[in-house]
Amino acid sequence: MKKLINDAETVVDEMLDGMVAAYPDTVRRLPDTQVLVRDSAPVDDKVAVVSGGGSGHEPTHAGYLGEGMLDGAAAGEVFTSPTADELEAMVDACDSGAGVLLVIKNYEGDVMNFETAGEMVEMEGTEVAEVVVDDDVAVEDSLYTSGRRGVCGTILVHKAAGAKAAEGADLDEVQRVAHKVVNNVGTMGMALTSCVTPEKGEPTFDLGEDEIELGIGIHGEPGVERTEAMSADEITEELTEAVLDDLELDAGQEVVTIVNGMGGTPQMELFVVNRRLQELLGERDIETWDAWVGDYMTSLDMAGCSITVCAVDEELKALLGAPAETPALTVR
Amino acid sequence: MSPESDAAAAAVAAVENVADRIETEREHLTDLDSAIGDADHGGNMARGWQAAAEAVTDLDSPTVEAVVKTAGKTLLSEVGGASGPLYGGSLVFASAELSDGLTAESAVAFAETYLEKVQDRGDAKVGDKTMIDALVPAVHTFKKSVETDDLPPLDALAKAVAAAEHGVAFTVPIRAAKGRASYLGWRSVGHQDPGATSTLYIMEELLATAADHLDQVVPSVDATSPTIPDGEATEE
Repeated sequence: MKKLINDAETVVDEMLDGMVAAYPDTVRRLPDTQVLVRDSAPVDDKVAVVSGGGSGHEPTHAGYLGEGMLDGAAAGEVFTSPTADELEAMVDACDSGAGVLLVIKNYEGDVMNFETAGEMVEMEGTEVAEVVVDDDVAVEDSLYTSGRRGVCGTILVHKAAGAKAAEGADLDEVQRVAHKVVNNVGTMGMALTSCVTPEKGEPTFDLGEDEIELGIGIHGEPGVERTEAMSADEITEELTEAVLDDLELDAGQEVVTIVNGMGGTPQMELFVVNRRLQELLGERDIETWDAWVGDYMTSLDMAGCSITVCAVDEELKALLGAPAETPALTVR
Repeated sequence: MSPESDAAAAAVAAVENVADRIETEREHLTDLDSAIGDADHGGNMARGWQAAAEAVTDLDSPTVEAVVKTAGKTLLSEVGGASGPLYGGSLVFASAELSDGLTAESAVAFAETYLEKVQDRGDAKVGDKTMIDALVPAVHTFKKSVETDDLPPLDALAKAVAAAEHGVAFTVPIRAAKGRASYLGWRSVGHQDPGATSTLYIMEELLATAADHLDQVVPSVDATSPTIPDGEATEE
């Protein structure tokens, strides 16, 4: 399998240097770590919002560094949790004294390393709070998790918590809005192809020309169901119904939607999916307040998409619509 | 040599011995893990302990606490995944119990804190087919041997190792309920848990190093009655 890389061993390191070179006024790299922080970190008197996880999900996480979103993003090796000492370094670099919210996707390695880092910085007197995102409605437990996986809904947690922190709210309040998003969001994904990790160099699962996987995560793991290929509309219906059944929304509810590309799918196809998603919501009298379409949390070169729906009230609309200035997401 | 620096030297030797042992068992641990996990336990642990051995050798004026803490921090940064926090993070936190040096009492406190941290982090209980199945009987047997039976520390440690051996054997026939092996369901039956196994190796090296340090032979113990506290065992 051809890849535009030099060496699987150095791919994360080189990616981070390239990112800093692309956004020198926005992000900087902590020396001797795989941690990027927003250039202004720590921001005086502001609660810091930090996240991190395995690499391979770009623009997650470092793409969301900046005004109104994340203060720090720790990159692990491809599909591997960052280690606790890297996370500790990130928290130390981002804490202004107002406390730090750790946004964690629900994978065992991520949860354990974040919690270990959290306890270590607490011993040094830093105030931290955490939120564990588990928006994937496809699974109860997976190869990587106890409980549901954290996937694309995490971006909305970054956005809402980041906006709340930018308002000057305290750590409890920032954590509260993060939990509010987690309690109101659901996601389900699908794959047309497997992804190829730099280290392995071949697909992590084999999918026939006429097959698709429903209910995938973001680590190239197989989904919960393999079926024959379907049209974009049929796939959109499967994903949307699974998410909406989980959320149990009332008619008239306003939502934010994300049609997220997995890294190898053209925008053309994502817009086709979004078209049907909005029709389906309309049929159920659910009102779309905002619809995002693009690559927000990817799985390397996997072709496929996920659909995220988040119920919003006035507070979440204000936070999700608040200004943000990051490499991957700008809201004005 | 002062008693404190003497104990610290023994702690350094223990880390080096564990590193050697894990390297020797590297393939075996990976084989165990490939049966029911993701086949990286041997390599990850070997890399981590090798780095830990180098780090503790580099300490300027080591204390037991500093040696244990340094080893833990190194495991955290080198092992990664879930094993980094479980093995390394727990060592970092438990090392504080050794701040006044190594005694039978502080060793019990250290073992209890280590177990508590592993349980907090991994959220597993006896019978889930994890390292807990080796740790719980080992720690409780150690504590009882020191506090109730008044055994000399080396004998208490030998009994704890025997209890851990029982625990490892116990992981073979049971069905996994935690960790990646749990997704195999009944297919996990018949396989020995890699985490319990590496935990046993670490304890065996602690015992061997302690015996060597005290210039004694490893005591032979009656290993027939490991203790676990009421309510720890689960029946399903």
